[in-house]
Amino acid sequence: MTTEPRSVNVRLTVNGTPREAAVPVYRTLVDLLRYDLGLTGTKEACGVGVCGACTVVVNGNLTASCITLAFKADGATVETVEGMARDGELHPLQASFIEHGGFQCGACTPGQLVAAKALLDSNPEPTEDEVRRWMSGNLCRCTGYAQILDAIVKATAAREA
Amino acid sequence: MHDFELHAPDSIHEAVEILAEHGGSTRVLAGGTALTTMVKQSLVRPDHIVSLHRVPGWSHVARLGPEINIGMLATHRAIETSPLIREHAPLLADTYAQVATVRIRSMATVGGGIAHGDPAQDPLPTLLALNARVRLLSATGERQVPVGDLFRDFFDTDIGPDELLIEVQVPAQPHDLEGVYLKFLPRSEDDYATVGVAALARVERGRFQEARVALGAVGPVPLRATAVEQALQGRKADAATVRKAAELVGDLVDPVDDARGSADYKRDMAVVFTRRALEQVAGIPR
Ligand SMILES: Cc1cc2nc3c(=O)[nH]c(=O)nc-3n(C[C@H](O)[C@H](O)[C@H](O)COP(=O)(O)OP(=O)(O)OC[C@H]3O[C@@H](n4cnc5c(N)ncnc54)[C@H](O)[C@@H]3O)c2cc1C
Ligand code: FES
Ligand code: FES
Repeated sequence: MTTEPRSVNVRLTVNGTPREAAVPVYRTLVDLLRYDLGLTGTKEACGVGVCGACTVVVNGNLTASCITLAFKADGATVETVEGMARDGELHPLQASFIEHGGFQCGACTPGQLVAAKALLDSNPEPTEDEVRRWMSGNLCRCTGYAQILDAIVKATAAREA
Repeated sequence: MHDFELHAPDSIHEAVEILAEHGGSTRVLAGGTALTTMVKQSLVRPDHIVSLHRVPGWSHVARLGPEINIGMLATHRAIETSPLIREHAPLLADTYAQVATVRIRSMATVGGGIAHGDPAQDPLPTLLALNARVRLLSATGERQVPVGDLFRDFFDTDIGPDELLIEVQVPAQPHDLEGVYLKFLPRSEDDYATVGVAALARVERGRFQEARVALGAVGPVPLRATAVEQALQGRKADAATVRKAAELVGDLVDPVDDARGSADYKRDMAVVFTRRALEQVAGIPR
């Protein structure tokens, strides 16, 4: 009987950079990002897919990294909140969240930003209703949501301007 | 989380060979939304996990004559956004669009959603009402089972431990068969249904030529309300007929008390939402 957990090698591209880690088979993607790769922007809150704090994009698909086993990301392209700012310049959504008070404690913010970016990447001019529906899976216990909605809607307006 | 032996087959045939070898202590992992959560919470402790992430294909959405074939790995989001489904089975697109959140729909697969066997899942009543079938593959062969014969109890299906659900076959929804899926969500947009009702109807010269009703979240398995269908068949499509037929649902359902409502409340709501769904598909003003 072995007591060492079985290990798998995971090679993936995170925010454009090839990364690799040997992890136990039961390692979740959020833990791989945070503890094996040191990318602590992605948070785990509920741990069961409900709240959206751990939202990342895997091969173009919105993903709850808390209920994704890391081995599934072998060979995949993963985008996290750390990849949003470019050359020291904040993504327009990040700037808009700051300007319009889209966060307080910040625990939900990386997930909100990644989800909102995925929306704008696939639908650059969403209606307010489309923003509401898309973002309904990202919970926030601080802001009351109005400021988050405002920040996203104004970021799309700013991009068009 | 506990340790397990990981298998990542490159084909469905390799997958069913592994299932044949390890049987009961093995779980298939598709989108992983349900299984990862259950393993994390130690609700299931498989010794082997057969992950389908390396299996190429099997996420197709294709029309074959009068049927639409959906590969097991197609995501809920793919069904929601597929122009082919929108055209030939709009009720399916509308139903999958109401599952959870866009994040979960982007991960969860059609095959996993059926095999999970949670009677509270939205697509099940709709698949029942559309007379869908599944193809089950094992190392010894293949069989086809109507979705209506698949569910035995909460989270318990007729899919054997050595079987893989590879495809769902859905008869196209004729253009004159109006359909709706009503998901009663008294709490929040991203919740499971308190009750879910799928209804389809064709009304000609003021009478029900055809009516189909199925419900979810009202008992251990999703159910087809044939008594209601029979009470409508050939009858006048008016408010009184629908009201009377919908009342029959109260005796068919067997809901449980939980955070989404008491059993009594769910029974009442099953009647109300059956009535509303039928009024909507039959074009009866409320
Ligand atoms: C936060 C959250 C909210 C949700 N809300 C809703 C909701 O509102 N409405 C709703 O309908 N559902 C909801 N669900 C349930 C969701 O729809 C299911 O978890 C999902 O459909 C399962 O699909 P999967 O591909 O992720 O399956 P997996 O988790 O990979 O597998 C689920 C089960 O099916 C088995 N399995 C998977 N694929 C196959 C196959 N091809 N052949 C045989 N067996 C297989 C697995 O062994 C496992 O037992 C929610 C889930 C979560 C996590
Ligand atoms: S931590 Fe993943 S959804 Fe809540
Ligand atoms: S800012 Fe605190 S949870 Fe959203």
